[in-house]
Amino acid sequence: MGNKQTIFTDEQLDAYQDCTFFTRKEILRLHGRYHELAPHLVPMDYTNDPDVKVPLALIVNMPELKENPFRNRIVESFSEDGQGNLSFNDFVDMFSVLSEMAPRELKAIYAFKIYDFNVDNYICKEDLEKTLNKLTKEELTPEEVNLVCEKAIEEADLDGDNKLSFADFENMISRAPDFLSTFHIRI
Amino acid sequence: MCVLQLGWKWMQNLIVEVMWTQKEEQKAGINQNLRREEGKPNQQTVWRRAKKRRMNRRARGEAGGRSKKMRMRVRKNRREEERKLSIPGREQQRKTSQRRRSPSSCSSSSDNNSDDESMSEGEMARLKEEVEEKKKLIATLRNKPWRMKRRLKCLKEAQEFVEKFEGALGKGKGRRLYAFKVMMTKKLIKFNRDFENFKTACIPWESRIKEVESHFGSSVASYFIFLRWMYGLNLVLFGFMFGLVVIPELLMGIPYGSIPRKTVPREEQDSAMDFSVLFEFGGYCKYSILFYGFYNNQRTIGFLQFRLPLSYLLVGVGIFGYSLMVVIRTMARNANEGGDGGDEGNFTFCWKLFTSWDYLIGNPETADNKFASTTTSFKESIVDEQENLKDENIHLRRFLRLLANVLILCCLAGSGYLIYAVVKRSQDFAKRDRNELTWLQKNEVEIVMSLLGLVCPPLFEAIAELEDYHPRIALKWQLGRIFALFLGNLYTFLFALFDEVNGKLENEKQIKNQTVWALKEYYANYTLQYNITENIPPPNIAPADVIRGPCWETEVGIEFVKLTVSDIQVTYLTILIGDFLRALIVRFLNYCWCWDLEAGFPSYAEFDISGNVLGLIFNQGMIWMGAFYAPGLVGINVLRLLSSMYYQCWAVMACNVPHERVFKASRSNNFYMGLLLLVLFLSLMPVIYSIMTLPPSFDCGPFSGKDKMYDVITETIDKDLPPFMADIFSYASNPGLIISVVLLMVWLAIYYLNAVSKAYQNSNLELKRKMQMQRDEEKNRRNNKDSTNQVMKDLEDLLPNKSLIPPPSVEETEKPAEQPSKSSKVTGKPGAAASGKGVHVQKDVSLAAANPRAPVTRAPGPRQPGPLPGNPRGPPPGQGMGRGRGGPPPRR
Repeated sequence: MGNKQTIFTDEQLDAYQDCTFFTRKEILRLHGRYHELAPHLVPMDYTNDPDVKVPLALIVNMPELKENPFRNRIVESFSEDGQGNLSFNDFVDMFSVLSEMAPRELKAIYAFKIYDFNVDNYICKEDLEKTLNKLTKEELTPEEVNLVCEKAIEEADLDGDNKLSFADFENMISRAPDFLSTFHIRI
Repeated sequence: MCVLQLGWKWMQNLIVEVMWTQKEEQKAGINQNLRREEGKPNQQTVWRRAKKRRMNRRARGEAGGRSKKMRMRVRKNRREEERKLSIPGREQQRKTSQRRRSPSSCSSSSDNNSDDESMSEGEMARLKEEVEEKKKLIATLRNKPWRMKRRLKCLKEAQEFVEKFEGALGKGKGRRLYAFKVMMTKKLIKFNRDFENFKTACIPWESRIKEVESHFGSSVASYFIFLRWMYGLNLVLFGFMFGLVVIPELLMGIPYGSIPRKTVPREEQDSAMDFSVLFEFGGYCKYSILFYGFYNNQRTIGFLQFRLPLSYLLVGVGIFGYSLMVVIRTMARNANEGGDGGDEGNFTFCWKLFTSWDYLIGNPETADNKFASTTTSFKESIVDEQENLKDENIHLRRFLRLLANVLILCCLAGSGYLIYAVVKRSQDFAKRDRNELTWLQKNEVEIVMSLLGLVCPPLFEAIAELEDYHPRIALKWQLGRIFALFLGNLYTFLFALFDEVNGKLENEKQIKNQTVWALKEYYANYTLQYNITENIPPPNIAPADVIRGPCWETEVGIEFVKLTVSDIQVTYLTILIGDFLRALIVRFLNYCWCWDLEAGFPSYAEFDISGNVLGLIFNQGMIWMGAFYAPGLVGINVLRLLSSMYYQCWAVMACNVPHERVFKASRSNNFYMGLLLLVLFLSLMPVIYSIMTLPPSFDCGPFSGKDKMYDVITETIDKDLPPFMADIFSYASNPGLIISVVLLMVWLAIYYLNAVSKAYQNSNLELKRKMQMQRDEEKNRRNNKDSTNQVMKDLEDLLPNKSLIPPPSVEETEKPAEQPSKSSKVTGKPGAAASGKGVHVQKDVSLAAANPRAPVTRAPGPRQPGPLPGNPRGPPPGQGMGRGRGGPPPRR
């Protein structure tokens, strides 16, 4: 890491700083982390925007994500192709949204995407069941799961369509006391 | 039609403006006046400067033509777009510009004379607005839920735009200032952030407590937070005590060995350095700065004329005042911050589902714990929910709870009686000769006390099982019950102490008489021998040999210090044996044992929250009571809290297991604070009583030679304040009056704060109820609408559904398209760019459609720059929505 300046041009760094919640140093460190994931794949020189993507399997093994039950969903939500392959831009984007400084609205949008397992823009009962099973490592009985999901929908569903739209979700999450403190990853 | 009209107006405007241009030079002076009236003084000069700059550039041979062309193009583009998009706005602007027609618009805008570098004021304003909007966009770009690529592109465009036009606009002169301002705001933000970080970094043990919290839940962490709070409080008390009493005496007071009270008596000197004596705080410890007796009654000490006795009294009382203030303020703040975790009614399950996982967790063990605790918390909520649904066993439960309370009351009454009886017996024993008594009889009270303390809490816990409360509530009950038990402990201790003090006072009277008698005898002898009746030198006795009283204050201080130290020992040993040794045995004997020790009987210990909290609270009570008689006690306590923070943190992480039901602590630990306040009052009483009524020892301590301790105040008023002040004070100097007034004030303050917090709570409750009502209403309305107006509902549903059903199908069709792109990426890079771009665009669709209602729910501010009408190359306005909606029709 002797020649830090050649990884990005100054304009690139400034642009990243304007587009994310990171400082210059953090962006360089992020690049370092990204490079570590696949040293043979990721070049050290990013001045000419190489089109490189790191597959999901490598990313979810980062210590920051490894224990997270939603790691696959997180990576998928942030990848442009929906398959979990992250370019450096996506990678920075992911940690920017999950950083401490990101506002609640932005986080809510991506949280919604993460919890929407079947990508139909609604969090339906299926999604809730998956979320719950991942959260509890499937230690609840099916009846309990059913009860929880029904209660959750009953609580947050304002328009009575038995699934949570983004408006429902945002309405609910905007009042959650712990959302901001828990929905963030320090890198 | 519209366009025609617009063109006509434009022409009109143009003519007027051209006329103005012609007259401009002649009317320079008037123009200036007018301009001043207009309140836009530097518009023209700025414009001129911009012109000059451009001229310069051209002169320098820079590709002026190109830049101009580009400018032209941009302008044209914009104009077209403006015509298309914001005709009303444009018209209005036109009107306003006509109305204003200020001389500053001399540099008229026109399409015909396209090569001049001027624009109408309306355009200027518009451009300015645009630049501002672009800037806003740049500032808020990071908040947009876009892909990074799109963001970067947008940023580039916006920056280019701003750069190109900012110079041309009014910023000319103020530009540097503006840049400076921007820089300063950036710096300020950074500084603020750093300062916040610094502040949080200054809170000690944050990471330690977080670690404990992640393993043991917030309930255990609440104890450590309480401990840290206590440490902070004691640090301040320590500062008062040492800064105003101990250090001055150490630096400016008479040194050790100069006067009797600062010297170990002759008969004790041999054993004064023995460990056993020092361990009991006798010998050199007793005659040290740690205790009351060491302080001299000189009115002022040192070159600063420091009034030590006064300072001693004020600090002794001030410690209580400060503690009271801090406790009450903390309680009030906690009360304001929100109820005892009771506000989770609305979205219990949703919040648990979506916010219970802490994304910060990166440690497998922590993750396992979190899984377990989430599961338990879900189970708890499920149980609560089921209980809400069916309350069939309510009578049985009530009966059991009643029974449990009766049992516990019996226990408390029994233990109270036991203590009473034992104390009474010990008073009988005290009358007998100490040598006749057995060890058991001597220490009966202590043994019974510690046995009660050992047996009762587990008993209470066992009985509490009957009640089947939520563990959070159960903890409170448990705390309250053990508190009641410990009160008996405290009460006997104080009782015994006052008995002792009274005995000492009697003893002291005799000794005082003896010394007076001895002095008189000495004087009589002196006159007999030398025949002098006046100016007799004081008796020349070494300070170690002087007869001295028992100095009951020091005795009391020693008693408290001993108690504190033994408490520390017991606590630490309990942890070492009860937790550490047990954990060791369970862990290592498990290999060669007949049943599973870890899962079976002994198992690992759980962290005893209630016991630890109460221990801390009662320990603090001891400190408050003892600090007046032993200034060093506060220092000892600070050390104790410091060490116990590390020790207990280690112990809990190393030897304890999380509670079976990991439960969330109530957010405000006002219950702890309430108990602390009670203990504060209980410990305030005896100290105030002793200050107000008991006479201080005649030969030791800062108040020796006075009838009452508070005489120091009256003395100061008499001697140090001007006479008229003394007059004033003499009216109000009735100490009883002063103290009662102070107490009254304190009570009033408590009452006021209490009332305020109650009012807040009430309004809070009211608001919550309103919100609930509103929510219900909304739900009802929707439901009603749904049920009654079925047709309407269907129609309504059709609209969003039309746009929102397709995405999955889009997604499906997308996937095959992605496959080749992926494969091409693997095989060859060149092709990847193009197909990747295709994917990107398509993906954009689904991303934009992901939040179809976002524009409604988001605040309007940051949204505006996106669909900015004048944006030359940016995404068309409402692109996401448009595409999301526009997508389906071809599919159907």
